[in-house]
Amino acid sequence: MFHRESGVFKTSYAADMALYPLPIARWTVAALLVLFAVVAPLSLHEYYLSIINLVLIAVVGALGLNILVGYTGQISIGHAAFMSVGAYTAANLAVKAHLPFWITLPAGGLMAALIGAIVGIPSLRIKGLYLAIATLAGQLIIEWTINHVPWISGGAQASIQVPRPSLLGYELRTQGQLYFFLLFFTVVAIVATLNLVRSRIGRAFVAIRDQDIAAEIIGIDIFRYKLLSFAISSFYAGVCGVLYTYYLGIANYEQFQIVVSIDYLAMIIIGGLGSVLGSILRATFVTFLPIVIRWTRESFGGLFFNPSELPGTISSLRLIVFGALIILFLVMEPEGLNRLWRNIRNYFRVWPFSY
Amino acid sequence: MWRLKGHRLGVVLAAGTMALAANSSAAQDKEVVFGLQCDRTGATQTVGVFLCPGYHDYIALMNSKGGVEGFKIRVVEIDHEYKVPPAMEAHERFKKEGEVLEGLYGTPQTAALAKKLEEDKILGTSPGFGAAAAADGKRFPYLFPVAATYWSQVAAAVEFAKKQLGGSLNGKKIAYLFFDNPAGKEPLVILEDLAKSEGFELRTFAVPSPGVEMAAQVLDITGRFRPDFVITHLFGRSPSVSIKELKGKGFPLSKVVSLVWGSSEADIKAAGGFSAAQGYNAMQFAGVGEDFPVIKEIIDMYKGEGKPAPKELDTSVYYNRGVMIAALHVEALRNAIKAKGGAAPTSEDVKNGMEMVKGFTLGGLVPPMTITPEDHEGGGWVQVWTVKNGKFEKTTDWFQAHRDLIKKHLLASAQN
Repeated sequence: MFHRESGVFKTSYAADMALYPLPIARWTVAALLVLFAVVAPLSLHEYYLSIINLVLIAVVGALGLNILVGYTGQISIGHAAFMSVGAYTAANLAVKAHLPFWITLPAGGLMAALIGAIVGIPSLRIKGLYLAIATLAGQLIIEWTINHVPWISGGAQASIQVPRPSLLGYELRTQGQLYFFLLFFTVVAIVATLNLVRSRIGRAFVAIRDQDIAAEIIGIDIFRYKLLSFAISSFYAGVCGVLYTYYLGIANYEQFQIVVSIDYLAMIIIGGLGSVLGSILRATFVTFLPIVIRWTRESFGGLFFNPSELPGTISSLRLIVFGALIILFLVMEPEGLNRLWRNIRNYFRVWPFSY
Repeated sequence: MWRLKGHRLGVVLAAGTMALAANSSAAQDKEVVFGLQCDRTGATQTVGVFLCPGYHDYIALMNSKGGVEGFKIRVVEIDHEYKVPPAMEAHERFKKEGEVLEGLYGTPQTAALAKKLEEDKILGTSPGFGAAAAADGKRFPYLFPVAATYWSQVAAAVEFAKKQLGGSLNGKKIAYLFFDNPAGKEPLVILEDLAKSEGFELRTFAVPSPGVEMAAQVLDITGRFRPDFVITHLFGRSPSVSIKELKGKGFPLSKVVSLVWGSSEADIKAAGGFSAAQGYNAMQFAGVGEDFPVIKEIIDMYKGEGKPAPKELDTSVYYNRGVMIAALHVEALRNAIKAKGGAAPTSEDVKNGMEMVKGFTLGGLVPPMTITPEDHEGGGWVQVWTVKNGKFEKTTDWFQAHRDLIKKHLLASAQN
């Protein structure tokens, strides 16, 4: 993340393995934590918290997809379907068995991991575009199953109302309360991913991504690690789906359709593949961009367009800006927002003595 | 000299401040905010680009006439691209703006916001979207379909088929061609019950998403099942495909009736034009065409501003639905303001105002619905319009069908 520094010489393995080797990084992280845990909920209007809530949920989903696509180099167009697996598992457990969220949440994640590992089996034989099509089939099969099995979907409407999450008898319902709920799980997800990618498993993933035959030769069990990658990625997706379910109070498969999978996949390019910070930036960027475009439009659009025609004319502007940004990133900064941030940081680290 | 100058400046400043204060307090007191969710760029943009301008035009018409009981309406529109998270964000934004009611758009969005609306005590209208069970005002106090739900529509479609087939369905065969999603499957329970009570044979044909490929299903219908009547319930691009396919296989379109999302001018045009779709029956929950006083007023308003009539009127089916939704919102607001004796209404007042809507037909554009605290659907009224002589012609007046059966199912769904 934003804490590596050259010229730091460690004297012990523990120091070398530390997540935040520099004091400044530790301070930054602590400051961010205070900002998000104390300052933001106290100072922000509920509306802005609701946007952050959506970002927090999206971060979990993006981290999961990044583990699979960014770190292991396997492609998946079934991410949204894994979210729906998690969502429906949790919803059914919450409604039929009256279980609290701290059981349904990991249960939803585990079920998604199981299904994800099964869908990931073709990855052992096929790669690239072919794998994309195989996971696409997974997406469609899961969608169809949920739509057609009332036992899972809870009837023709395919939506299950879930009670609000409650902690020690205290029901979380306002945006502010849900904010802490979501923030907790998102922080856990971020820390877990940071640790995962520098562990033995994470290094195996990277080896598979860079050259899977070489990885096999140096003794990495491809079968195990590819499926593990699918399972972990789907676990994140499942948790993301559960968080959506609790946040909205309903599990509905129509919000996890193929468009969402493609959205996540297409947008991961903007964030930067294979970086945790990239996933976070990506989720923030994608959630905020339409809102920022709308604010701009509402504030300044009247200067250029007839106000009564504004909604019609400029709705499409967002799509144009979005498309242009993707192309721009692909051409000018293929490594995404993460790289952009590093460039800025590196520039200012030596500023003003840039020689 | 100095004193005079200062004096003058002071007067000017004071007057300015007073004017500003008066202005802003007037704006605060005499303005209400409507939230409108819309889809102009997503999966259902074929509807949104016509429906939402209709909504805005009606509100603009009301404001140009001095507002509702002295209150101007400000509409905040958010395009959610038919996605759920932006719909959630839109709701919070509307709340921040101080909305008194919210126009919902889309079935999954309605489902996702149902609980939130109840917690925030803000009414949401979902005409043609969302669960049929939302008609039950006791169960969903803040959700108002304010138009025939899919259950009511399909009951009316069966009734229409019965009339067209000579008054009895006994021994007849009806095919149901539907989009394979929750909205498409929702009417099945009603159809199955009616098949038993009316004595017709029902067979269902699902079209998978995205619904542009249905040659096999239509061949099955026309070649094997050979029904007496076909009820279609499709969305987006698929209604036009169904018209083309049925016609291509030689099935008479006069024996086809489509539910409300397969019934716009755009669908007919995409299927090859009005002459090609001769005889096709389309169900409507708002009036069709420009032959209504309110539409004329909107056109006059545009003329008064020196502009041509809105081009969205080409697809009057969706445009008029937008006008209808806006008109019902305004009517609810008017009831609320009247009930409070002219004071600014809260969202709770507007919700009560919506439950008082009765006998509000807007010259035939809106069905004669009666919304009550129990019935948020207003009675499930529909019209059937038929493609004839290059345009839609009205075949039936407003009618409702099999209300007892719908009530029975509402009761049953409330119990589990």
